[in-house]
Amino acid sequence: MLLGGIAAGMILFIVSVGLSVTMGLMGFVNLAHGGFAMLGGYAIVLAMKHWGLGFVTALAFGFLATAAASVVLERLLYARLYRATELDQVLFTIGLVFIMIASLTLRFGPENQPLTLPRALQGQIDLGFVQYRTYSLVLIVTGIAIVVALWLGFERTRLGAQIRAAVDNRRMAESLGINIARLFTITFALGSGMAALGGGLGAEFLGLDPQYALKYLVYFLIVVAVGGLGRVTGVFFAALLIGVLDFVLKKYLPQGGPMFIYAVTIVLLLWRPQGLFGGKAA
Amino acid sequence: MIKRIVALFAVLASLATWAEAQEVKVGVNLPYTGIGAEFAQLVDRGMELYLKLNADKVKPYTIKLIKRDVKNPGGADAKIAVQELLTQENVDILAGWIYSPNAIASAPIVTAGKKLAVIMNAGTAHITNMSPYYVRTSFSMWHAGYAMGEATSKILKAKTAVVGYTDFPPGKDSLAAFKRSFEAAGGKVIDEIPMGGAGAVPDFTPFFQRAKDKKPEVFFVFVPAGDHAAAVVKTYAALGMKEAGIKLIGPGDITQDTKLQAMGPAAVGLVTMHHYHADLDNPENKRFVAAWKEAYGAAAVPDFMAVGGYDGMALIVHVVQALKGKVDAEKALEAVKGWKFASPRGPISIDPVTRDIVMNEYLSEAVMKDGRVFQKVIGKIDAVKDACKEQKIGPCAPK
Repeated sequence: MLLGGIAAGMILFIVSVGLSVTMGLMGFVNLAHGGFAMLGGYAIVLAMKHWGLGFVTALAFGFLATAAASVVLERLLYARLYRATELDQVLFTIGLVFIMIASLTLRFGPENQPLTLPRALQGQIDLGFVQYRTYSLVLIVTGIAIVVALWLGFERTRLGAQIRAAVDNRRMAESLGINIARLFTITFALGSGMAALGGGLGAEFLGLDPQYALKYLVYFLIVVAVGGLGRVTGVFFAALLIGVLDFVLKKYLPQGGPMFIYAVTIVLLLWRPQGLFGGKAA
Repeated sequence: MIKRIVALFAVLASLATWAEAQEVKVGVNLPYTGIGAEFAQLVDRGMELYLKLNADKVKPYTIKLIKRDVKNPGGADAKIAVQELLTQENVDILAGWIYSPNAIASAPIVTAGKKLAVIMNAGTAHITNMSPYYVRTSFSMWHAGYAMGEATSKILKAKTAVVGYTDFPPGKDSLAAFKRSFEAAGGKVIDEIPMGGAGAVPDFTPFFQRAKDKKPEVFFVFVPAGDHAAAVVKTYAALGMKEAGIKLIGPGDITQDTKLQAMGPAAVGLVTMHHYHADLDNPENKRFVAAWKEAYGAAAVPDFMAVGGYDGMALIVHVVQALKGKVDAEKALEAVKGWKFASPRGPISIDPVTRDIVMNEYLSEAVMKDGRVFQKVIGKIDAVKDACKEQKIGPCAPK
């Protein structure tokens, strides 16, 4: 039964796609990306709990709130480090993660924030040929909808063309009059908003506590490394691959723990250092 | 005149030493911050509540709690904290220990420090063998695990079981205990699934899917109480295992009182073996639960960890009284042996040979009653000892 793995892969995809695009586009190593997913998750779960928002409304709220917060951070802090070395960027973003963890612990405590799904999404659904967890199917459908929307946005809109141009050759894109700074801000906000969606949608499986930002960072980075930088479809297939492999290996070889997934990653990257779907120069 | 002043000073000085002798320092190690903060709060409140409700039983002595935060379950923090409590604070008694690895790591220090050490939660069976000063007022994994194995075969009439456990010492202990008695009673464990570590709650879906595919009659799960337990019940319901005819059973960690109401109808039908839950029907427990709600709010509820702290403090007060405030470890061990107490969990005592607790085990089923999840007792075993040490199994055999 692969559905569980595909659902897990969808969550990985939704969170990681923003990371891939910002890293590919800006060359910025944003380790705080998982932190944005966590902040978004908290916004979504707490908005449902305290303000009684519906699930979909809360998701939209989490997306917008996190995107807005990320724009503030991007303009205030990130923008100053675009030309810094990678080590400086890593130190800065990991510091930001620790601040996020400490603030959430201080404000909401160390415990898990449970996501309460609407009744309709709980339990099992009968597909005719098989009974399966309703929410997993919802995630799969949502994930496919998002990848189609992103793909169309990338391939068919002017903004998408600008982003692709900037990823491929930033200097050429700049000299053609594309406003890279503005493009960065928009992409960063979109990426963080997507991470927030992933944090909220995934809370049912991954839980949501202040350690979230670091706990799953490795998985997000693996997906991006395997999928290639700045490639929506690459990240999509990489996330599915990792999600399904992780699920299947845990199910059939639980004694191995998470070891296999790291082993698989090492082998894949030795074989194709630029990622499974990345271009040569990425 | 001078004689009078001297006499006055002499009286004052003797009063001062007398007052000093009246104070007993108890060094507490608990994970007050980090992932175990909820557990620390329960044990801490249990201790404080006993002192508050029994102020007259403590007199004429005073008990001073010196609290140290040991947030990591890995052992290193606890070792340092215990050492500092012994060497810098000069405590008379040690107490606390949520996580087994912390108690295991502290054992050599406790032995070297020669102070009575009261374990209020950590449940790996052989811990009490690791230092002659360890006394346990919580439980051993074998109390519930062993009793559950027998009950699964004899009361639930199940023949096949899958065991899922969190991959750390108490998890392996729980698996071994259940398996031993279940298979001795004619059952068969058809699969054993390690389900990630104690440090973080994993996504349980792949493990539960595997258990479901094996089609056992019962699925025995040990995970640490708290968020792990909440996720277990959620996943069990979401994968439709109940509808598939697989009963979820385990020690009471999966129906921890503090998480039970939030689990809601998903928890109905869970069968657990444990020494305490807040719905136990006895006068001591009724008083205990009422006092808890009065002290910590109507929504608060005590659980087995709270009782571990409460009974642990009762034992400490008993020792302080028996030794008239001068707590010498060797004499304290004598005072501990054969101690009997009417706990909220029923009558308890300390086994004079193993220094582990002897208590009742209750088989309970979660049902809906008056709009809330209620744990209905469907079976009871009196005066259960730790089967691991009774039968001298593996590391439980004395060295």
